[in-house]
This record gives sequence, structure tokens and C-alpha cells, in this order.
Amino acid sequence: MAVVEEIRPTSEALLGTKPPRKPANMGQIIRWLLLFIGGIVMVMPIAYMISTSLKWPHEVYNVNLIPEEPTIENYTYVLEDGRFYAWFLNSIVIATVTTICNILFDSLVGYTLCKFRFPGRYIIFIAILSTLMIPTEMLVIPWYLMSQQFGWLDTYWGIMFPGLMTAFGTFLMKQFFETVPDDFIEAARIDGLNELQIWWTVAMPLVKPALAALAIFVFLGNWTAFIWPLIVTNSVEMYTLPVGLSSFGDEADVAWELIMTGAAISTIPTLVVFLIFQRFIIRGVVMAGLKG
Amino acid sequence: MYRNLTIKQKQIVWAWAFLAIPVVFYSVIRFYPTGNAILISFQNWNLLGDRTWAGLDNYIKLFNDPVFWKVFANTFIYLLLGTPISLVISFVIAYHLDQLRFMHGFLRMLYFLPFMTSAVAMAWVWRWFYQPVPTGLFNNMLANLGIGQIEFLNSTTNALPAVLAPAVWAGLGFQIIIFMAGLRAIPKSYYEAARIDGVGWWTILWEITLPLLKPTIVFIVVFSSIGFLRIFDHVFNMTTNNPGGPLNATKPLVLMIYESAFTKFDMGYAAAQTVVLFLVLLVVSLLQLRILRDK
Repeated sequence: MAVVEEIRPTSEALLGTKPPRKPANMGQIIRWLLLFIGGIVMVMPIAYMISTSLKWPHEVYNVNLIPEEPTIENYTYVLEDGRFYAWFLNSIVIATVTTICNILFDSLVGYTLCKFRFPGRYIIFIAILSTLMIPTEMLVIPWYLMSQQFGWLDTYWGIMFPGLMTAFGTFLMKQFFETVPDDFIEAARIDGLNELQIWWTVAMPLVKPALAALAIFVFLGNWTAFIWPLIVTNSVEMYTLPVGLSSFGDEADVAWELIMTGAAISTIPTLVVFLIFQRFIIRGVVMAGLKG
Repeated sequence: MYRNLTIKQKQIVWAWAFLAIPVVFYSVIRFYPTGNAILISFQNWNLLGDRTWAGLDNYIKLFNDPVFWKVFANTFIYLLLGTPISLVISFVIAYHLDQLRFMHGFLRMLYFLPFMTSAVAMAWVWRWFYQPVPTGLFNNMLANLGIGQIEFLNSTTNALPAVLAPAVWAGLGFQIIIFMAGLRAIPKSYYEAARIDGVGWWTILWEITLPLLKPTIVFIVVFSSIGFLRIFDHVFNMTTNNPGGPLNATKPLVLMIYESAFTKFDMGYAAAQTVVLFLVLLVVSLLQLRILRDK
């Protein structure tokens, strides 16, 4: 956290600013070309995944990127199977509910710690801060035992409960509520709003960019989460997309074009979201990275 | 009754009302399990029978287990290869990308896209790349060029770097974005002053850019180190036939924890490993913070 403090004062200046304009010269052109080639190399794995998912089985072993006769047969096949459809739905439900919960609770706690003065505030702050140091892997065994005792194994609740609130989100929100002037809150109080109304109608709208950044992070994190869903689910129909994909296991009897189709199905939604909200997401990464 | 309270007291009531559910959550889902994990690490338990007191047995067993030391070494190899490589690559890319205007957003997008992918999906893609002929892309390309084949995932020496590559690849975009933000935060006047003095770009880089980027570098080093020490998804999904194989050559600590707990059901032993993981993460982060910040 201390690291972050040092960066914070300057982080405001850089969000959304453009790089300096320079006259094009030979050096700039070479630099651009090299970075372009590097960028193409970076997206190659994604490109090959999508390309292979559009190929017929006999063409899979060709190294050409553009399929000779593109087909969506693999997608029809994979989705008709039903399993992927269920996994996709599970992932959507889990990531959505967790995101909503984080938005509500992380911001409520962040707001309370930021704007209220009450006995115990400092202790709560330190207690939540200290959970950042505990790796998830340390908690999975006790969580598993808990789930076993309470019958949460193999349920949506079981998959979701560890992530419903995060210390990271709480601190991100606390930082952003600092930017909400106390006068606004005071004014709302004089107008007779209760504290819950003030939080929801006055403070929350003022930190929308931070809420969006938090939502993106939580959603992406849960969409790609692997180890805990792997542990807590047993039955095929409760798997999330990553667990389902992983369950194909052995490469000896794998149809690569179908696996690539499955991988594409679990990747394309986040890529599309990114392409639509690109500027916004990059801003969010910077905000979360520097402030969280 | 609430009406009779002063504004200050009302605030206290509201604050605790807002915090009630989160306090329960953090106590039950974070603090209690942390204590429980430490407790289990001193017990013997196979999930079905009773929990019996074991004292330090699990830890003694761990330190005498050759597999643990292999795994411990692997975990640090992931860290010692992954962190510097991704730091240097992402800095070089961010440094140059920062100075380009033409299609800046497009190039940035290319580098950032891998960050949005899921490790499991991409592990499959890379695993396919690494297969021997006639399946794997890399070996097919080598064959087309008439160069000999390379064993990736089946070789005890090549498997670890092969598994690490997609993990580095997926994290680069994030680091590049953070580096670029750090670079933009350096006041232009420093560069202008240096230019007036006739200082070369190499000196500017070492005397101005890098020292002023230190907070960013510290953040990226700590953040990516924690990531590499906890590597699991890529390893598990690229070596599914024999997780952590061949011959434990790629097995990191988290995978050993997973296997001890959920395939061998040796909960006490697994819990002891998680305590070691926690201590490793703590010590490494504190050391890095101290070394990097004091300079």
C-alpha cells in the first residue's frame, strides 16, 4: 500500500493524456514497425485459437492462419453438446452476482471508512487491510471444509461466497470516496436525507468511473477464476467455463479444433467487451493499479 | 430512541449498521479460515476421520520431503525467470510505445489483449503450439524450415520455461499499461532541461527516467513476483496428464498444495504447505520493498 501512496499524487495528470507529437523520421518508422511486429506476435495465440476454431478437422495441422474453407460447424457442435452452454451460463451468473455484490459492499465499506468517524474505525481498516496479505490458496482448505459442513459443495453459493467482498475493492473505493467533498454530504444531511440515501444518491454517482473499474476487474477475475471453482464443484453441470475446459484433460484423445472452439467461446466475450470499452478499461487498469 | 441521539451518535449507529454484514463476512470467510488453516497445519487429518494433534509432524515431514524441495526450487525459478523477463520486456515496449503517436491506441490494444484472456483457455492454445509433429504449431513451423524438432512439455529442462511463457505473455499488457502511466507522470521539464544541457538519451534514460519510475518499478516487481510465486492455472492446465510433470519438473508450490489436499486428502500436510507459501510471499514482498525503496 505504501508503494501506491508514492505514485498517487502524479497519477491524476496522466489519465487520458496523449503522447507528445514528434515529426516522423526514419527512426520513428523503424520503431513503429518493430512495435507493430511485436504486437502481432502478441495476438498470435489468440488469432490461432480463433482460426483453428473455424477449421475443419483435416486442416487443423496446417500452420496457415486463414482457414481454407472456414466453417462454424465446430461452434454448432460444441454448443449443441449442452455442456458448454451450461458452463457458459454458470460463468455468467457467478461473475455477474459476484460483481454486483462487490460493487455494493466494497463501496459501502469504503464509504463508511472514508466518511464516518466512529470508534473502531481504525481497527476495522487495519483488519481488512491485513487480509490482502493472506493468499487465497491458504484459505481454500478451510473454505472446502466449511462448504462440506454446510452443504455448499457443488452449488452457485459455494463457488461465489469467497469472493463476495474483496479488500482490494474496498480500498479502491475508499481512495475514490476521498475525492467526494464533505460539503456535499453535509448539505444532503441538512436536506433531511438519511445516511443510506446519501451514500446511494449523492456519493455513489460521483465515483462512477471507479465503480466501473471495479466491476471490470471483479467480473474478469471471476470469469477466469480457476482453482476454487475446480475444488468446490463435482458435477459436470456445475462447472464454470475454465473448469469445464480444463476437464478435457488428456491431449492424446483431444480434437484440437473443438478444444480451440471451447477456448474461443470462453475468451471472445471478454475480448469483445474490451474492444468496445477499450479506453475506459485501460483507464480502469491504471486507476486500479495505481490506487488499489 | 434514535431521535434522542446526537448527530455524532447517529453517525456511529449508521457506521456500524453499514459495517455489520461486512464484519461478519470478513470474520467468517477470511479471519476464521486463516486461523483454521494454521491450526490444521498442526493436525493429522484425511478429511474422513478425526482431527488428531500432530504437533510439528507436518512441517518436519515437509522439510524432509525431496519433492517439496524440488517444488520449492521450481517456485523460485518461476519467480526468478518470470519477474525480470516480464519487467524488461514490458519496460522496453512501454518506453518505445510512449514515444509513438501514429496508431498508438491500436498498438496498445494489441499488447493488452492477452491480459483479457483466461489462463485455462490460453493454456490449451499454448499446449497445442508445443505438441510434437504433426499436431503442434511450433514444431510444424520448425519442420517446414527444415530444423530439428524441440521437445517442449515432455522435456524435464524445457517444460518449465514452456509453461512460464504463456504466464509472462498474459501479464505483459498490464505491466506495459502501468509503465506507460508511470512514464507520462514524469514532468516534461526534466527532459527539456536535460536536452538543453545536451545530455544523450542513454544518460537521460538512466539518470532521469528510471530513477523517477522507481515507484512504478517497485509496484510491478512486487505485484508480478506474487503472481509468479502463486502460479497454478497454467501449470495445471498444460500438464494435465501428469500435473506438474514430467518428473515434477514444472510443479510449483500451489500445485503441490492442491494435490496434497484434494487428490491425497492429506489436509494437515497441505495446510502446512499453505503456511509455508504465506511466509514465502510475505518475506519476498517485504524484502523487495526494502531493497528497492532504500536505494
